[in-house]
Amino acid sequence: MKNFKFKLVSFFSLLTLFFLYSCTDELNTKPEGTEQTADELYANPESYKQFLAKLYAGLATTGQQGPAGQGDVAGIDEGFSSYLRNYWNFQELTTDEAIIAWNDATIKDFHWHTWTVTDGFIKATFYRLAYQVNNCNEFLRQTTDEKLDSRGVSGALRDDIKTFRAEARFLRALSYWHIVDLFGGASLTTEDSQSEFNLPEYASRQELFDFVEKELNEMEADLKAPNTNEQFRVDKAAAWMLKAKLFMNAQVYVGTDRMADAYTSINKVITETSYYLHGNYPQLFLADNNSNGAQNEFIYAIAFDGTYTKTFGGTTYLTHAPVGGSMNAAAFGINGGWAGIRTTSSFVSKFNGMNSDARNQIFTAGQTLEINDVGSFTDGYAIAKWKNVDINGNQGSDASGDFVDTDYPVFRLADAYLMYAECFLRGGGGTEGNAVGYINDLRERANGNSSGNITAGDLTLNFILDERARELHWEGHRRTDLIRFGKFTGSSYIWPWKGNVINGAPTPTYRNLFPIPQDAISVNPKLIQNPGY
Amino acid sequence: MKTIQKKLLFILFILPLSLLAQSSLKGTVLDNLGQTLPGVNVLVKGTQNGVATDFDGNFTINNLKKGDVLVFTYVGFTTKELVYNNQTELNVTLTEDAQQLSDIILIGYGTVKKSDATGSVTTVTTKDFVKGPVVAADQMIQGKVAGVQISSGGGAPGEGSQIRIRQGSSLNASNDPLFVIDGVPVGADNTGGRNPLATINQNDIESVTVLKDASATAIYGSRASNGVIIITTKKGQSGELKVNYSGNVSYSSIAKQVSVLSGDQLREYVNTFGNSNQQGLLGSASTDWQKEIYRDAIGTDHNISLSGGVDNITYRASIGLTDMNGILKEDNFNRATTSASLVGNFFDNHLKIDVNNKTSVIKNNYSERGAIGAAIAFDPTQSIYNEDGTYFEWNQQLASRNPYALINQSHNYGNNFRSLGNIQTEYKLHFFPDLKAIANLGYDYTSGKSYGGYGYDSNYFYTNANAFYENSKDSRNRLMDLYLNYKKDISSINSSVELTAGYNYQNFDYIFNGGNSVTIAGTESLSLPTKTGYNLQSYFARGIFNFYDKYILTATIRRDGTSRFAPAYRWSNFPSAALAWKLDKEKFLVDSKIISSMKMRFGWGITGQQDVTLYPSLPTYLSSDPQAQYQLGVDVNGEPVYYTTVRPQQYNPNLKWEETETKNIGLDFGFFNDRLTGSIDLYEKKTKDLLAYIPNPPFVGFSNYDNYNIGNLKNQGIEIAAEVVAVKNDDWNISVGGNITLQNSKITGLVNGAPNFGIAAGGISGGIGNSIQRQQVGYFPNAFFVYEQAYDAQGNPIDGVFIDRNKDGSIDENDQYFYKKPQADVFYGFYTNVSYKNFDFAMSWRGSWGNYNYNNIASNLGWSNQVLIRDTDLGNATTEILDTNFNYAGSERYLSDYYIQDASFVRMDNITIAYNFKNFLGTKANARLSLAGQNLILITNYKGIDPEINGGIDNTIYPRPEMYTLGLNVNF
Repeated sequence: MKNFKFKLVSFFSLLTLFFLYSCTDELNTKPEGTEQTADELYANPESYKQFLAKLYAGLATTGQQGPAGQGDVAGIDEGFSSYLRNYWNFQELTTDEAIIAWNDATIKDFHWHTWTVTDGFIKATFYRLAYQVNNCNEFLRQTTDEKLDSRGVSGALRDDIKTFRAEARFLRALSYWHIVDLFGGASLTTEDSQSEFNLPEYASRQELFDFVEKELNEMEADLKAPNTNEQFRVDKAAAWMLKAKLFMNAQVYVGTDRMADAYTSINKVITETSYYLHGNYPQLFLADNNSNGAQNEFIYAIAFDGTYTKTFGGTTYLTHAPVGGSMNAAAFGINGGWAGIRTTSSFVSKFNGMNSDARNQIFTAGQTLEINDVGSFTDGYAIAKWKNVDINGNQGSDASGDFVDTDYPVFRLADAYLMYAECFLRGGGGTEGNAVGYINDLRERANGNSSGNITAGDLTLNFILDERARELHWEGHRRTDLIRFGKFTGSSYIWPWKGNVINGAPTPTYRNLFPIPQDAISVNPKLIQNPGY
Repeated sequence: MKTIQKKLLFILFILPLSLLAQSSLKGTVLDNLGQTLPGVNVLVKGTQNGVATDFDGNFTINNLKKGDVLVFTYVGFTTKELVYNNQTELNVTLTEDAQQLSDIILIGYGTVKKSDATGSVTTVTTKDFVKGPVVAADQMIQGKVAGVQISSGGGAPGEGSQIRIRQGSSLNASNDPLFVIDGVPVGADNTGGRNPLATINQNDIESVTVLKDASATAIYGSRASNGVIIITTKKGQSGELKVNYSGNVSYSSIAKQVSVLSGDQLREYVNTFGNSNQQGLLGSASTDWQKEIYRDAIGTDHNISLSGGVDNITYRASIGLTDMNGILKEDNFNRATTSASLVGNFFDNHLKIDVNNKTSVIKNNYSERGAIGAAIAFDPTQSIYNEDGTYFEWNQQLASRNPYALINQSHNYGNNFRSLGNIQTEYKLHFFPDLKAIANLGYDYTSGKSYGGYGYDSNYFYTNANAFYENSKDSRNRLMDLYLNYKKDISSINSSVELTAGYNYQNFDYIFNGGNSVTIAGTESLSLPTKTGYNLQSYFARGIFNFYDKYILTATIRRDGTSRFAPAYRWSNFPSAALAWKLDKEKFLVDSKIISSMKMRFGWGITGQQDVTLYPSLPTYLSSDPQAQYQLGVDVNGEPVYYTTVRPQQYNPNLKWEETETKNIGLDFGFFNDRLTGSIDLYEKKTKDLLAYIPNPPFVGFSNYDNYNIGNLKNQGIEIAAEVVAVKNDDWNISVGGNITLQNSKITGLVNGAPNFGIAAGGISGGIGNSIQRQQVGYFPNAFFVYEQAYDAQGNPIDGVFIDRNKDGSIDENDQYFYKKPQADVFYGFYTNVSYKNFDFAMSWRGSWGNYNYNNIASNLGWSNQVLIRDTDLGNATTEILDTNFNYAGSERYLSDYYIQDASFVRMDNITIAYNFKNFLGTKANARLSLAGQNLILITNYKGIDPEINGGIDNTIYPRPEMYTLGLNVNF
């Protein structure tokens, strides 16, 4: 009996010691599977490119599950947090090019120019832009020489990462450009800013503008030469393109004429690269535009795929939302339209007398030209531009017809041609011959022959604005263009339902900028609201 | 004087007899159900002469004198005294004493006599449980405990509840209490199941103990900020095999539907306000979609238990089968449970081994919950079927789906297996019997699977719906407690000391085994497996010091570590102290005829909270799933190369414990020989370093939200509970009881230097990212933050017009104000139990006052857009639209105080009438036949279908049904 007692006591003592020794270490738990620690992640050489892929995907997907789930931006219905969907809405729904029938919250306010500081879309967009900047900053923090040395990264991977870093800086500059364009000022944070809780200072539009310019200058050397990078990754040409965009709008952004600088950059895009116009305009917006030849015109495009890159934003939205009424969804390679987006008669008139122009993809059957009821899809002509079929009419890879394969060109050569012509007209440089020649390249592609060609006498700023609408409509350029031409707000250009009036009405100029969302100011009172709001 | 004479005479008379006759007595001891009781102590009062009954309840006692007083004692039964009167045989019936059972209460790592408890603790035992077709412990104590608010998530069978003990201590961390089942703290994780507590068969539960104040809960430190609920299951008692059957059949039906436009009303509305396209969509039917998806439902529940004991081992085993249909068509909850417990005492009671296991297999058919919302929102002018026999559908991506088709086509199942058990060994040291070493090893394993998909015909339009989906999860919770307990009575001064110290280890693993789905169009999706978890460890010590049986001091200290925080912030100390003063032992009360018991309690303690996401402090990256990859480049064949992306996850390396300091003053009292008993408690809980999930400043952090320690919260309350045994005699027993809680809560700090800093909370349906609640210093947590609706002269709300509260000429967010809150100011429960001979009757009511709901069904469905959103399909709206004609699309309408509605209520939870049969159907068995009704009466002014909404945002709740239950309970 005594022996047993001893054993029992020993057993308990040993058990206790054993557990106390082995257990406290278990407080260092870590996840396994789709979530991994920084140390685990960076032990894998592929991780740097996977992180870079997230920076690119930031413009395409909304979270880590496709089409929705594990959303990037919290507190907002994930479907409304898509970078491209929001950017497109800001740039197009606010203009003569697009109007939407839905009653999704305040979405009609865009076209009416009646949005407020509490608008959910504006908040979603601001947070998405900030999120993209944060991710780019973290990528740069994680790829400093110091960090790479400590992880023993060297050789070819190290060289690759140098390029990745330049691309991350490009993507950050792109988002800050969007902020400059849409919101004016915001906070400026970089890889040198602390990532822990703090209230960053307000950075004015000028400060952000300067930052984007400086970044574009600095990163250029590390970007790959034009046409030498992998598909969907940016090269020097994309940086030149962005620089040209920044400078062309400098008068609007910071009150300085930088047309000469814009010309320098855009001329490089055209002359120092081997991008070329694809022969068939409608094919630029088809499911196989990554391989049908259209890709040769795309300086930077956002990749979508109906199987591997699914989202309710992006081109899935751009393909579904404009289909309704008597339109045949199957012809668009989708399972159904969302009966939302059409255009106004002001845009339709840009194609007056140009029925053979391939860029005129206006759909009229069952639609009325004028819009009596904004909420009725059949009021207003539709546009059949974005499609999820290939050049043979076959549906994209998603058999259910929900998610589309069509890629979205952010920058394409045709835009550069038009920018060149505008720079020339605004005295930035270049030659009239080149300007007219580039326009006619676009015209000849659109008409299949020279019947639509223009002469030097036709080349005016108003012509450029209209030609940009014809060539680039529904590609997310219109609002910026109208502002640059002084026609977005105010009374110099009126289109149906501008100002929430059937035939259009002037709107106040402070609406050239969107407001900083009220929620953002509540969290960081250092942010300064734009005038007028 | 006369009586004294009589007594003297009596003594004189019996004295000689007693001197002469030394006789013996044979007898049998039975319980009140006629079962023999083994092991009853029979003792001649004032002597050492005593015996125990054998296994048949028989005893023989010798050397009796007439006039000897025989004392019959048995644990759990009222002690009985009988005067020996020269009988030769005697049958004694002992009655069960529930009071005595509840006299011992659990305090975590030990028990204490109720009269000696120093903390605020309430125990509910079998007799007080809510009757009727409950399937889980939470429902059994609903309304029974002051300071505890329990409301189910809805009316589905087996639905889980929200339980709040003394209000939530946290803003964003969990506010759920800790559940401890037979010594195993369990998690709330519940893959494939509904209510995690439903995995324990309610018939196996002996008692539910609620620890409310910090001095009581501090011993559970790390997870005790929101109170602790200790569930103890029934154990066997020594003696012959006892068999119990209990079962019931229940019938439930919908109590109230959401009031929506009828077919005719919708036709009129669309013809008045719609455009020609929309008018063209109208059908000619009048379909009540809610009627089509709900049904009257039947449920059955059967349980058998066996218990008994042999020598030094007692056992109990049970099996239960529950099959309950929900009122939503197809909804079904099917549960099989087993439980087994063995208690053995060895080596002269030096070693006690207690083994418990509870296993459940639950098969759920969830039907399609989406049909509930669809039935409210679907066009009533359409028929269920088209003329060709197919279901009517809009065949429009964004339109609502035919609710009836959803029920029939969409199938969702969840299977859940859970096994929970522990082995506890308690060894009283042979050489030092005051010291006990206790080891408790427990586990709680759950394995769940969810699966389902659409059954459809070839014309099916929604080809993106899942034809099949499946995913499965396991959770594994392992526990070890090792502790020493030293107890010494110093009887010379009527004092005692008890010391406990030990170590606790708990590890939780969550294993997601992955999932897959295939859409009707054939698109496959995969979810990748993951393994996550957390670990908690603690060292704890407690001393209980009893001075002169008048003053009792309890002091605890616990040091807790959690894997959730970084090493520098991982450990924290949680002390507590409590003092009880037993006034009834003081001279001035000890002889009181009125006050039979009285005790004051003072408690103070600090508890911790760490229950946020699993890795809030660890920098991690989340990989994308295969559907969210991104193409970079092409391979040598020109094929796209897709990359799994990785995203830095939000984390805060400085996150630390949230701490709640509780002060409690309590008074327990009993009057008139404890015919009137009760208690009063006042408490104050102050939480600091609140774990809050708040927006990051834009351009900071890794998401727009992250976890922070921010701010302070203060909760206060008064709890009063009382019970009166109004009548108690041979035929009648009438008792009435109740409890009432007054509570208040306020956020006392958030961000320093930013008094108007607010955190949006309470996301709603409708609009984009709209929140109806806000956390701000000086206000209730989750108070509603709204626009003030403008009304016309007739008192009707004016569409889209709101009050410019700050008079700046425009309506903007600066005009929003705080108006009401979801939390009740007062809540209460009252009940009555009446028994007359073999009949008994019970009733329990519950209510709350001062709580408001945001009627999200009205705000989301009560405006024109709900009907006229597109040209391609119509929806349906709540009937309110006919009065309001709301058409305004701005978010202010959603955020109007018009939708903040008084949700005070009184509900009769339960009414039961029963008859108790002795010798049921001529056998030796006893039986009880009962008829119960649930949720038959609801008194409220609330405009939605049910005012009881967790969190205060009323959004398509599964309606709580009215229910009738016929039950039978038989003891063999």
